Amino acid sequence: MDAKALPYKPNPKLPRQVLPVLQPEVRAKSADEVALGFAEREVSVEAQRCLQCPKPACVNACPLHIDIKRFISRLAQGDPEGAVDVISEQSPFPGVCGRVCQHELFCEDACLIGKKFGPVAIGSLERFAADHARLAKKTLTPGAFPAPTGKKVALVGSGPASLIAAFDLVRKNYRVTVFEALHKLGGVLAYGIPNFRLPREILHEEIARLQNMGVEFVTSFIVGKTASLEELFEEGFEAVFIGTGAGLPFMLGIPGENLIGVYTANEFLTRINLMEAYKADAVTPVRVGKRTIVVGGGNSAMDAARWAKRMGSETIVLFRRGRAEMRARLEEIEHAEEEGIQFHFLAAPVALYGDESGTVREIECIEMRLGEVDSSGRPSPVPIPGSEFRLEVDTVVAAIGQAPNPTLQRVTPQLITKRGKIVVNEAGETSMALVYAGGDVVRGGSTVILAMRDGRAAAEAIDKALSGGPAAAAELPAEVQG
Amino acid sequence: MNKVLAKKQLGPEVFQLEIEAPRIQKRWKAGQFVIIRPNSNSERIPLTLVQSDADRESITIVIQAIGNTTKETVEKEPGDFLVDVVGPLGEAASMCEGQRVVCMAGGVGVAEVLPVASAFREAGNHVTALCGARSDGLRILDAELKTSVDDLRWATDDGSFGFHGNVLQLLQSFAQPGDFGVGHVIGPIPMMKAVANATRDWGMKMYASLNPVMIDGTGMCGGCRVTVGDKVKFACVDGPEFDAHLVDFDELARRNRAYREMEQRVLADHVCRIGLGGA
Repeated sequence: MDAKALPYKPNPKLPRQVLPVLQPEVRAKSADEVALGFAEREVSVEAQRCLQCPKPACVNACPLHIDIKRFISRLAQGDPEGAVDVISEQSPFPGVCGRVCQHELFCEDACLIGKKFGPVAIGSLERFAADHARLAKKTLTPGAFPAPTGKKVALVGSGPASLIAAFDLVRKNYRVTVFEALHKLGGVLAYGIPNFRLPREILHEEIARLQNMGVEFVTSFIVGKTASLEELFEEGFEAVFIGTGAGLPFMLGIPGENLIGVYTANEFLTRINLMEAYKADAVTPVRVGKRTIVVGGGNSAMDAARWAKRMGSETIVLFRRGRAEMRARLEEIEHAEEEGIQFHFLAAPVALYGDESGTVREIECIEMRLGEVDSSGRPSPVPIPGSEFRLEVDTVVAAIGQAPNPTLQRVTPQLITKRGKIVVNEAGETSMALVYAGGDVVRGGSTVILAMRDGRAAAEAIDKALSGGPAAAAELPAEVQG
Repeated sequence: MNKVLAKKQLGPEVFQLEIEAPRIQKRWKAGQFVIIRPNSNSERIPLTLVQSDADRESITIVIQAIGNTTKETVEKEPGDFLVDVVGPLGEAASMCEGQRVVCMAGGVGVAEVLPVASAFREAGNHVTALCGARSDGLRILDAELKTSVDDLRWATDDGSFGFHGNVLQLLQSFAQPGDFGVGHVIGPIPMMKAVANATRDWGMKMYASLNPVMIDGTGMCGGCRVTVGDKVKFACVDGPEFDAHLVDFDELARRNRAYREMEQRVLADHVCRIGLGGA
């Protein structure tokens, strides 16, 4: 729509609306969602800030190419249901993405008014549209979908990469089955991301949209164990997408890391998020003592620290570089700070000490200074000799990253990998014909939205391969061929 | 959802459950395990695969009902369902051929050693099984073991059947270094540790099948990590079997006790563990 023809006048000079959040002292003791979301009044102001650019950079910057301009225009005209319809053309997950997508790196970073007035709060608007539809009990299936009748495609893992691939493929009439190793769906969205950032009912409802569209989900099924890739093909699947994520945690590699009370972030978060160890009647326990030290500076570190705080622990984040070098979203860092989590920058653990029962009691750390820029593009931490210090501690969480889960790769030697990551070309094709991969199993530790982009690309490639003539052999980058 | 096809009580708190699981039945190998959740609010527990039946498309597990989840599991009757059964997990037991092999097991480990002993024999080894129980009446799977190994010997703590003592004492009562080329031990940690220590200088390979605390069973959480030699291994994907002579059993025992107190407390009182309550 031409901006001139709009029934309202965009005004970027209106104040950027601030996302209301629960009071820090309340949320530090609660599993409730931190961000409360915009009210209608805030939405009407924020949506009018969008210039409705003729060539919207935000749409291009969005890895899913959601028609941001058009959905915001609907919101500005008081039509949140219409906004959801627009988003649903590209994504059935506005509730999830409105919360966990790093809009500041994509659409909001590209927003034309960003530099001068601060970008339109696209993420919060997306979230509002989703929540409004949800509360209005709007059927979130775009159009009527008959049961799919086409070729069978298997998606391995039920995380973000597979979920978007399922959406794209089922819309093209493919019979899609998603295989999940755990007993709950969502992958990292279920075991990794805390309720207070992504309430579970929102995840479940958006996955249910796919079920309503005819996507079949099978839990407790480990491709590579319960059935091999070859068996899936024998059983009639004509293409397989591997979106098994980055589920192999790095260990600290220091003395004492197997003491009781020392967790990987994966285990700590899985116990709490997936197995609900924060609940009174949970049968899977977690040890959160008087003081918790979380090692690392990424989103998992923030998630673990914020859970520890909520479970009553004095919580310290230990990071070997400075605040500016943290990989976590700024919003999560700020929320953690507000909640009273302490940060000890420029320090790394060197040893853990336990008592006679084998339980961790003390952590020895060393101070760092920042040196030359390393391969990660950040100044490298350099230990300062003689600066060792010790802290008492009851719980230690190592949130220092992870490698792709190797389960499927181990039993599928034909699948070419590089440092554990499955090697693919731009279309997501692996070294095996009609086997595709994307998300963290290809990227290592990355983000939800880039996993979705990969899932979408692979779905497109699968459709091309299955709808046309015989599939072309996958062409891999030259460096890994042969 | 997996249907319970049959249930048999083997001892005061030991039950055998036959569960419909066509895919696992087709693919499993001796030494592998499954993770189950009996009910929708249950925790995930690992259980060693014991037997399977191709005609009935079933697997069999043997459970000692000592904790909350194992008790829930053995309360299931034929026709009931387990909410989740996932597997087969872990690596298969290490095999060899043309060797004299000793399989040693105690308690519910006797059931778990059965498929491994059978596999050793099928692979062309001479298999001796040394099985332990507290007393005669608590011996399990005697008939199945008899037909699966070349030489079955029992040890009971009270001497009411077979050798009077434990399985290690039984081994030491008749065997010398050099008698066996390969061994496999499964059972309580102190027993596996004692067997490992006693056979360290016997010039034989001794494998131990470990039972650490686990959640996902796919290498994702690292909760099941054990120290083997100077390396940290994940029992769920690297094991559950390791070189017994290299396993740090003391650490394993400590880690397996990490939640004992909490589990009892959780059962005892239902105070919310998060500040404001209302979970």
